Amino acid sequence: MTNLTQAQVRERIEKRLASRHRKEKLFRGLGIASIAFGVLAVVILFSDIISKGSGAFMQTAIQLEIHYDAQVLDIDKVDDESLAWANFSGVIRQALRERFPSVTSRGEKRELYTLVSSGAPFTLRDRLADDPELLGKSEKVWFAADDDVDTFVKSLKDSKEGFRGRTSEQKAGWIEQLLDSGELKKRFNTTFFTNGDSREPEQAGIRAALMGSLFTLLVTLALSFPIGVAAAIYLEEYAPKNRWTDLIEVNINNLAAVPSIVFGLLGLAIFINFFELPRSAPLVGGLVLTLMTLPTIIISSRAALKAVPPSIREAAMGMGASRMQVVFHHVLPLAMPGMLTGAIIGMAQALGETAPLLMIGMVAFIVDVPAGVTDPATVLPVQIFLWADSPERAFVERTSAAIMVLLSVLIVMNASAVLLRKKLERRW
Amino acid sequence: MNKQILATSLAALTLATSQVAMAARDYISVVGSSTVYPFTTTVAERFSRATQFKTPVVESTGTGGGMKLFCQGVGESTADITGASRRIKQSELEMCNGNGVDVVEVQIGYDGIVLANAKKAAPFELSRKDIFLALAKEVPNPNGSETLVANPYKTWKDVNPALPNTKIEVLGPPPTSGTRDAFAELAMEGGCKKFGWIKAMKKKDKSAYKAICHNVREDGAYVEAGENDNLIVNKLVANPNALGIFGFSFLDQNADKVQGSLIEGQAPTFDSIADQSYPVSRPLFIYVKKAHADVVPGIKQFLAEFTNERTWGDEGYLTDKGMIPLPQEKRQQIATDVRKLNALSNLAAK
Repeated sequence: MTNLTQAQVRERIEKRLASRHRKEKLFRGLGIASIAFGVLAVVILFSDIISKGSGAFMQTAIQLEIHYDAQVLDIDKVDDESLAWANFSGVIRQALRERFPSVTSRGEKRELYTLVSSGAPFTLRDRLADDPELLGKSEKVWFAADDDVDTFVKSLKDSKEGFRGRTSEQKAGWIEQLLDSGELKKRFNTTFFTNGDSREPEQAGIRAALMGSLFTLLVTLALSFPIGVAAAIYLEEYAPKNRWTDLIEVNINNLAAVPSIVFGLLGLAIFINFFELPRSAPLVGGLVLTLMTLPTIIISSRAALKAVPPSIREAAMGMGASRMQVVFHHVLPLAMPGMLTGAIIGMAQALGETAPLLMIGMVAFIVDVPAGVTDPATVLPVQIFLWADSPERAFVERTSAAIMVLLSVLIVMNASAVLLRKKLERRW
Repeated sequence: MNKQILATSLAALTLATSQVAMAARDYISVVGSSTVYPFTTTVAERFSRATQFKTPVVESTGTGGGMKLFCQGVGESTADITGASRRIKQSELEMCNGNGVDVVEVQIGYDGIVLANAKKAAPFELSRKDIFLALAKEVPNPNGSETLVANPYKTWKDVNPALPNTKIEVLGPPPTSGTRDAFAELAMEGGCKKFGWIKAMKKKDKSAYKAICHNVREDGAYVEAGENDNLIVNKLVANPNALGIFGFSFLDQNADKVQGSLIEGQAPTFDSIADQSYPVSRPLFIYVKKAHADVVPGIKQFLAEFTNERTWGDEGYLTDKGMIPLPQEKRQQIATDVRKLNALSNLAAK
């Protein structure tokens, strides 16, 4: 073996070279294949969601010639009391009858009235409240169409027949008439971004859930980040290594793997039943999610602290810094990017959580947009869940649209984390 | 920078706690069945628009979960109203009364349960007996003796020669669902009773009778497809040989994709469920906490809105959402009873 000539060694190596190159290529190919698979899955997911959900950003609207007739409205001046009392649906019905004068029978009229959304009178009320001068005058107003009409009109582009469903032949005829004359159009759906939940798909919006998520995450961040970082600093920089700290470490690692519904039960027992905090409030939601994200933040913060080289600590000590000065002036700023990454991962996890919120009443129908952390609220994933469970067809596209909103919030969060990290890193 | 983080978090905390101190509930809190949820939420929304009250907060917790929250006791942190897709159980009523909760029962309407398949397949015509034989865990011995055997039927044709020769495959809700309870009680028990000797057992051994009639087979012919009815509809479209069990409102909204099977010769339509000729329909209830009626603002007005003709009447807006109205006389009776807020003392007195 030892007395091989150089030529022989070379020959042997060259023989194996081909197979080594093959293996190398195979390994690289596998890597590319797995990335391609991942990308493909993401593309399929996104294209499915976007193709289903993009429809929700447009809403069918119907234009009607509205005459603010004081007699039909049954008011003689515009003030808060008379606005609450006024018969706005009467005005809309009159406008519909005038548009389709051939409709006379009671049953047909009832059907005619279902062309526009049941929220239309409130649109009119707001217009009149904004401009009391309108009383007695006429104007053309766009109203959101009923969700059955909306679904029918949107399905027309897929097939000529369209999804008739609950829409009768006669109603479909009216809709086509309005379409031809340009009095029925798809317009950008602002309602989706300004309203809370509603049982009528055309009036349902994401705003309340978005604000609920925001408040919940604010509470979570405000509590879990300082507590998590403080715990990590103590465990990493101060705590002696003994059985107790080992026990604590095992428990923290354990808690990170506990199913999230358990935290919900804990939240129900402690925050709501014992401390009597209000149900369905982002405050309680934030507290529960804090419990859930704390282990993640503590573990990643400790890892970040560990990654700071001991030479930095020793140098600072050598210059006469106290322990606290070492931590706050030198170690913490260096570890901050890693801690932020951990915090963002924890927050993203909290943003997508529904199970623990079920127990504390945040899986709920919320119409009013919450204004603070104690107002009843729901969060984005819960809104998605509730819409996915609704029978109305028009909620299918709204479900996908809500998923798109949730994904964009996540992208913004992650992007800002990357930016923040880069900025902090540059200083050092 | 760290000082800033600490300062802002402290500020947020103090803000939060100061707000809690002044929180007295000024909105109605509703929990309960996911079947009743679409109806309660619709009423809640209209109610808040028509009045000055805040929009009630409606949680979808399931019938059983709702009862637990509702019966916990009296006070601000407990729910005012719970929705149920079946009547309150004796045990639940006792739990309520034990915790000092007096309940007022309000029946609000009916919901039909349908067995549906994809529109591209031929519609099924079933009897309740067929349903029982196809889905029960144990069925009477096919040789006619009065014994039970593990369900041997593989295809619909085995169950009833008039049915097609396709594999029995039914997608339905899991046991935690109220829909499943109602389906077992109305469809399966209805078919089970057709066997005289099983019916005779009811008097002797009620729990054995219930076990025979309500237990669903676990050999794969009945697939638990989760609580989401939309999911079942989509699975039916993908698999034209399967049948699915869900609420009538989902059939109503997806009439282009699925069709309801005829049961005892009756198709599930709005009218056949309303006049009770379609056999698999169940009553829907809401239960109100009497002690809260004068404390939480708006409860009485909310009930008035719920029991108004334009809400639950024959042409009320709840019918648009797929709820089947009660007969008019019954509605009038219940509406007057609700105004008096008579507490339910035991289940027999109805």
